Amino acid sequence: MEGLINFGILFLTMAGIYGILSLGLNVQWGFTGMLNVGIAAFFAVGAYSSAIVTSVGDLPHWGGIGAPMIIGFAAAMIVSGIMAFFVGLITLNLRSDYLAIASIGIAEIIRLVLKNEEWMTGGVNGFTGISGKFNNIFDGGHALLYMIMVMVVLGIAYFLCERAYKSPWGRVQRAIRENEIAARAMGKNSLSFRLQSFVLGSAIMGLGGAVYTHFTGFISPEAFDPLLATFLIWVMLIAGGSGNNKGAILGAFIIWGVWSGTEFITSSILPADMATQGAYLRVLFIGILLQAILLTRPQGLLPENAPQPDKD
Amino acid sequence: MISIQSLSKSFGGVKAVNGCSFDIEQGTITGLIGPNGAGKTTLFNMIAGAFAPTSGKIIYQGQDVTGLRADQLFHKGIVRTFQIPHEFERMTALENLMMVPPGQNGENLFRTWFSWAGVRNQEREVRKKGEEVLEFLQLTHIRDELAGNLSGGQKKLLELGRTMMTEAKVVLLDEPGAGVNRTLLAKLAEMIKQLRDERGYTFALIEHDMDLIAHLCDPVVCMAQGAVLCQGDFESVRSNEEVLEAYLGSSAHQETEGKA
Repeated sequence: MEGLINFGILFLTMAGIYGILSLGLNVQWGFTGMLNVGIAAFFAVGAYSSAIVTSVGDLPHWGGIGAPMIIGFAAAMIVSGIMAFFVGLITLNLRSDYLAIASIGIAEIIRLVLKNEEWMTGGVNGFTGISGKFNNIFDGGHALLYMIMVMVVLGIAYFLCERAYKSPWGRVQRAIRENEIAARAMGKNSLSFRLQSFVLGSAIMGLGGAVYTHFTGFISPEAFDPLLATFLIWVMLIAGGSGNNKGAILGAFIIWGVWSGTEFITSSILPADMATQGAYLRVLFIGILLQAILLTRPQGLLPENAPQPDKD
Repeated sequence: MISIQSLSKSFGGVKAVNGCSFDIEQGTITGLIGPNGAGKTTLFNMIAGAFAPTSGKIIYQGQDVTGLRADQLFHKGIVRTFQIPHEFERMTALENLMMVPPGQNGENLFRTWFSWAGVRNQEREVRKKGEEVLEFLQLTHIRDELAGNLSGGQKKLLELGRTMMTEAKVVLLDEPGAGVNRTLLAKLAEMIKQLRDERGYTFALIEHDMDLIAHLCDPVVCMAQGAVLCQGDFESVRSNEEVLEAYLGSSAHQETEGKA
């Protein structure tokens, strides 16, 4: 029973974190149609930014400032947002497919920096001294409180995204997604709008990174490998329904459920000598699941529905 | 109102527009005709800022606007439609119109988050305007349809409707009649005249339908091979020998001469 409660809380916390990341991607891809395949970069920068400003103690790398967690969240959003601003300035003139390639490159650069700049990030040994580590409710870790906080943060992010989507701002973003040439001909400075969307989405991803950091209490470059920190989030958004904020969150919960459920199966049911193969089977299974969803519901579980402006 | 001065545009080795000059006078409905590949749409794209000319100038209300972006020209009052409809597919017909008005409060993210009431008030006005335009175009029944699901003719009307959502001065219509049936076309022509008379729009339109040109346009400019062949009222352009040659080829031209 104790294990089950812990598992439930752990599950909801992680799914909530992925929900935040998926919302960020939805702003970029679902609203504006920008193909960001470097989610890991903004996720990681957010995580490390928050770690640096909130960590305590005499550390062999940056940090030790000991600011409260809320400052860490703000720092994560600001640093990720600023990075997105400069990345955006350089790449947003590119067509969507080239942006994808550029964003892969940026994610790789960030990963290598995190890995090699030990004086700043702790390198492969990871970043220590982070306040938090909330993964067990029964050892006084306040896991339940943290889960509730994650849900509140997710709710706020959802509210901001939903209002942005339904506003004239979101309408312009969708118009750019549908036909950028026409949006420009209708007087919209599409580069400025796309940059705003890219920064907002990346700041939300950075926030997801910060929330993740304080949950695990320890981060290393391993945590931000492209499979977990980019691919899985894309699957969540596509499966849930891109362009739909509720879909983004639903997708995160379902896909995280499948992902952590299959981990349970491969680690506790399969014989130990098959565990390595099992890990690859999980990825294969997620891939097949994505294909099945795309074939049966090409627009995802909750398709985008064009907002009906208020009638009153 | 718009003065086009020896405008040229090359794509690689192809000179799509080659030293083209003419004026669009205020309050006119200027017709632009010419065989396929004459450079009409390329010329429109340069006037509307979709791309910059290789050489030459565009003077608008006494001001050099050569090379300005499409969104900048929009704010100066130059608005266009597209030959192939560029509707926003996964947005409703009403949303297609509502996105147009410039400077909406809700285009600022912080206002949408922190002063939603103001944004909503303005949305109501924009919505009302959009509904009026739909009514004018007799498209009210498809208000909430996704634009991608509309017929070709309805998309054309929706494009015209977008130009009505702003205070335009010059409206460039690229083949407004293509794919529109006769009845609708007559209606379209009336709408264009009405817009000129009531709102003071200046129109320039590319069209292959000679009845529509004859009915609406004065003057008519005929282009061929990237340059102006001749201009004047419809009758004078129609009877111009070079125009016949450009459209029909020289052999066909001789045949018509033989008949005459």
